[in-house]
Amino acid sequence: MTAAERPILPKLVGERIKRREDPRLITGHATYVDDLKLPGLLHLAFKRSDSAHGVIKNIDTSAAEQMPGVELVMTGKQLAEILGPMPIGTPFPSPDHYAIATDRVRYVGEPVAVVVAADRYLARDAADAIEVDIEELPAVVDPEKAMQGEPAAVHEGFENNLAVPYVPGGTGVDPATMEVDNSALDKAFAEADVNISQRMTNQRLAPNAMEPRGVVAHWEPGKEQITIWSGTQNPHILKTMIAAQLGVGQHQVRAIAPEVGGGFGCKINIYGEEYTAAAISRKLGAPVKWIEDRSEAFMATTHGRDILAYVDLAAKRDGTVTALKLRLIADVGAYNMLLTAAVPTLTMLMLNGTYDIPVVRAELTEVFTNKTPTDAYRGAGRPEATYFVERAFDMLAHELGMDPADVRRKNFIKKDAFPYTTQMGAIYDSGDYETALDRALQNAGWEQLKQERDQARAEGRIVGLGLAYYVEVCGLGPSASLPTGGWEHAGVTIERDGRITATTGSSPHGQGNETTFAQMLAEQFGVAFDDVTILHGDTGVVKQGIGTFGSRSQAVGGTVLMNAGEKVKKKMAKFAAAMLDANEDDLVFENGMISVKGSPGSGKTFAEVASFAYVPVPLPPGVEPGLSDEAFWEPENNTYPFGCHIVMMEIDRETGEPRLTKVVAVDDAGTIINPMIVDGQIHGGLAQGIGQAMIEEVVYDEDGQLVTGSFMDYAIPRADDLPWFEMDNTVTTTPVNPMGAKGVGEAGTLGSTPAVVNAAVDALSPFGVKHVDMMLRPEKLWRLMQGGGA
Amino acid sequence: MIPTEFDYKRATSLDEAIQLLSSSSEAKLLAGGHSLIPLMKLRLSEPETLVDIGRIPDIKGIREREGKIGIGAGTTHHEVETSDLLREKAPVVADCAGEIGDPQVRNRGTLGGSLAHADPAADYPAVMLAIDAEFHIKGGNGWRTVKASDFFQDMFTVDLADDEIIVNAMFDPIQSASYAKLHQRASHYAIIGVAAALGVENGLIQWARLGLTGAIGYAVRMPNVEEALIGKQPEQDTIDAAAGIAGDGLEDINSDLHASAEYRRAMIKVFTRRALEGAVARL
Ligand SMILES: Cc1cc2nc3c(=O)[nH]c(=O)nc-3n(C[C@H](O)[C@H](O)[C@H](O)COP(=O)(O)OP(=O)(O)OC[C@H]3O[C@@H](n4cnc5c(N)ncnc54)[C@H](O)[C@@H]3O)c2cc1C
Repeated sequence: MTAAERPILPKLVGERIKRREDPRLITGHATYVDDLKLPGLLHLAFKRSDSAHGVIKNIDTSAAEQMPGVELVMTGKQLAEILGPMPIGTPFPSPDHYAIATDRVRYVGEPVAVVVAADRYLARDAADAIEVDIEELPAVVDPEKAMQGEPAAVHEGFENNLAVPYVPGGTGVDPATMEVDNSALDKAFAEADVNISQRMTNQRLAPNAMEPRGVVAHWEPGKEQITIWSGTQNPHILKTMIAAQLGVGQHQVRAIAPEVGGGFGCKINIYGEEYTAAAISRKLGAPVKWIEDRSEAFMATTHGRDILAYVDLAAKRDGTVTALKLRLIADVGAYNMLLTAAVPTLTMLMLNGTYDIPVVRAELTEVFTNKTPTDAYRGAGRPEATYFVERAFDMLAHELGMDPADVRRKNFIKKDAFPYTTQMGAIYDSGDYETALDRALQNAGWEQLKQERDQARAEGRIVGLGLAYYVEVCGLGPSASLPTGGWEHAGVTIERDGRITATTGSSPHGQGNETTFAQMLAEQFGVAFDDVTILHGDTGVVKQGIGTFGSRSQAVGGTVLMNAGEKVKKKMAKFAAAMLDANEDDLVFENGMISVKGSPGSGKTFAEVASFAYVPVPLPPGVEPGLSDEAFWEPENNTYPFGCHIVMMEIDRETGEPRLTKVVAVDDAGTIINPMIVDGQIHGGLAQGIGQAMIEEVVYDEDGQLVTGSFMDYAIPRADDLPWFEMDNTVTTTPVNPMGAKGVGEAGTLGSTPAVVNAAVDALSPFGVKHVDMMLRPEKLWRLMQGGGA
Repeated sequence: MIPTEFDYKRATSLDEAIQLLSSSSEAKLLAGGHSLIPLMKLRLSEPETLVDIGRIPDIKGIREREGKIGIGAGTTHHEVETSDLLREKAPVVADCAGEIGDPQVRNRGTLGGSLAHADPAADYPAVMLAIDAEFHIKGGNGWRTVKASDFFQDMFTVDLADDEIIVNAMFDPIQSASYAKLHQRASHYAIIGVAAALGVENGLIQWARLGLTGAIGYAVRMPNVEEALIGKQPEQDTIDAAAGIAGDGLEDINSDLHASAEYRRAMIKVFTRRALEGAVARL
């Protein structure tokens, strides 16, 4: 094939390229942790506490130990001899937390013993045969009572169950000394025409990744090395933590995240089961596997959200918001996990919303209770902030009889005010909030919808409209903002045959980076999409990395990949220049060729240059053989995507059942690499956000028993729970990275949740309803329509 | 699923299934598995032997014979939902099946399994009461027939011996019947489900049968509502009045996370009215 006959390669960046991950995922050819088979593999099962709170009096493992096929049974005390308390990633003082409880249990599902057996069924049988004698203590369930020390102490040494006693932030707070000056706040509230005051909750959720957690640990005594496969969002963090917990060097640990079936934040944390598997594999010198079942996932995987707020808002009669104050109380459950304590601080950070509010104050308290620990869950702190702010803005609109869109528009940070430093200390990179609002109103047909609502109301139907605006913090984010460091790493190798193999420290588990990253690199080198392969999730292959969370893959991982690519491209140009006898600055990479600018037919194929680079005879002066390089990069700031979600809801007057009749979303994630993948991310996010508002809630009873322990009682959104989503986007690029991409993984969950609740309150406003807490249980709405309280 | 250890046996005929059931210790029938396997997964049920009746042809299918309609116990909810015969001759049964769970459940779960399991929130029992179905049951001692109204006895408790198999449900064709259900959003079981069947002659309601599920431990008829309908014209006033007393006098109403007893009481009236309206619309 001559150069002239070569096909013109299609444009890739910005195109709807189908996810290359999907064929293997949907045809059962993907390898998840549970698919791994190693010779001599042993299986773990955990005996878990049925009590929410109690003292372990005795554990009788004798029956379990005698069962044929059982290799080992360990209690928490025995394991503690080889495994210390688990580290966390936040600076707050924290009680010791052992992988397996040693003396007390603090939530239903906390491990009390572990069994190692020849197969999974035996292991479970043996775990069932362990007898645990627990002396019950009163369960601490209500965070506000817990703050008064009632009815008991979850941890000794943490007075009134305060995990984080008091963190103030915002206007009048000196970040260095934490000293608080209330004068501006008091003045704003004293001078306000309107005050809104409301207690709101953001309920507890179960993340429910499609694939539960799982781990295989294989300590090889001969090599003194361990390989750990885990369904994790961040294998490099796993490697670091496993090394620290085992007391070995990081060079002795290889962590692999094979195919990972979703995480939604709950697979950032490194769990006791992972440490236990590693320690036991080392103790026995044999590979071990543990796979979580769904019942365990409900109680032993971290939960999300669970924060309540006393919200006060001050405004002028024209709708100008003059101050916002939140007293936040986070119920963090029984222990601090990796990021538990930090998640509510992200809620604080984002309390300015998209608004130019001159006075914003937050005070945060985090409380231990006898529940499953919380940690990041899709959005991690930002949906909570958005919910509180957007509910308060809607209450203001209702109070003033203003259109909710107008109240928001009135207070928006103006397009030319960026970078904008908020009262909470965030520096918003860029934004054009009015354009996205206008687009959403237009796409929804807002004025028309209002008429339809009023018409329906006149007919006695219960119909409401809800609008919410959000801003997100994504692309985490300079090293100062993360205990792991806030960079990402990438490597790019041109193989001898001209194929490109790249590595990324991002660890996708559903995000589709194998596709988007390949689109970018293929375009950068002017080669075919199929010639680029993205490797990830293996610390033996990917030299360094942080991981996938905080909507950072594209903004940080994508940028560093381009940087690594640029280094290799420069070097490749040197080889090509030598072959073509041209100046390296005069070369163009396109359609699988490297040629001299202006004479496209004259070049060498990409593969020819690659091949030459590995057998460079003669070696061009000043160049090393081969084509491979790597890069680290961290952004100077986070990115702040934003958007507007609008929903319409009808509530059955007789039953209280809410039903969405319209969902309109306009999201601005900056530059978009693959609109199909962005749509997918928004789609899933909307579903999860709507799920929180309407059907999802983790419920504990007064004894700390988990009532919603299965999908029979805990709903996650299904297709028939959701209407068609009308999606669109605006593009406001970020100056923080050269591509201008902001991030989109979590955005969908931010606006949809308050939009749905705003619609419900709007629908119920004829009954005098001003607020309703999530989830929107039909009975709750029915009671409000009966005139009773929710 | 990590259940306790069990033996698995597949029966190829009804008699073999009965024989396996009585000769094995702690044996249970396995049909669609959509009630039994969740229990085994939680180790709330620990049978030593599972006798799979999923491939016995005699207990599958929907037929009309001598003016009666029969549904084999092994017929899936999906087959019932999409049956042309039922759509034509007893649409309420097909409607009911279409309201069960989700597509996965409907593709596996069977009529017999649902009836034998007798979940307090299952849908079929309400309809079987309203259409006055009878169940043909075969066991070690041969055949017997039990009316739906005698079959459901308490929560998860039915008139069925350990070695017996429900073979089919039989009933008369019926048009003027309808099922109305309040879905529990997680499982899609009925918070309240009401099936109404009416017989009208000369412009007056001659008989009425109402089956109620989800309200108490097991599905029951609502005799007070039935009495309030008989002899009246099938009009909105009649319906409203009858629905207005639905559930009155019923004790031990279920109360759980999804619905309090008070709410359920109110919903019994709402869904009784809706079911009656649906039945009248089919007159
Ligand atoms: C997620 C989910 C949602 C559901 N939602 C609903 C719903 O909305 N409404 C509803 O009504 N149901 C619902 N179900 C239950 C479903 O309908 C089950 O399929 C049904 O209850 C049991 O039928 P099966 O064939 O699966 O029986 P299996 O689970 O196989 O058996 C159930 C019991 O019946 C016995 N049995 C089975 N067949 C016979 C027979 N022919 N004779 C005697 N005994 C027999 C078995 O031994 C066992 O004890 C739901 C189930 C699930 C998992």
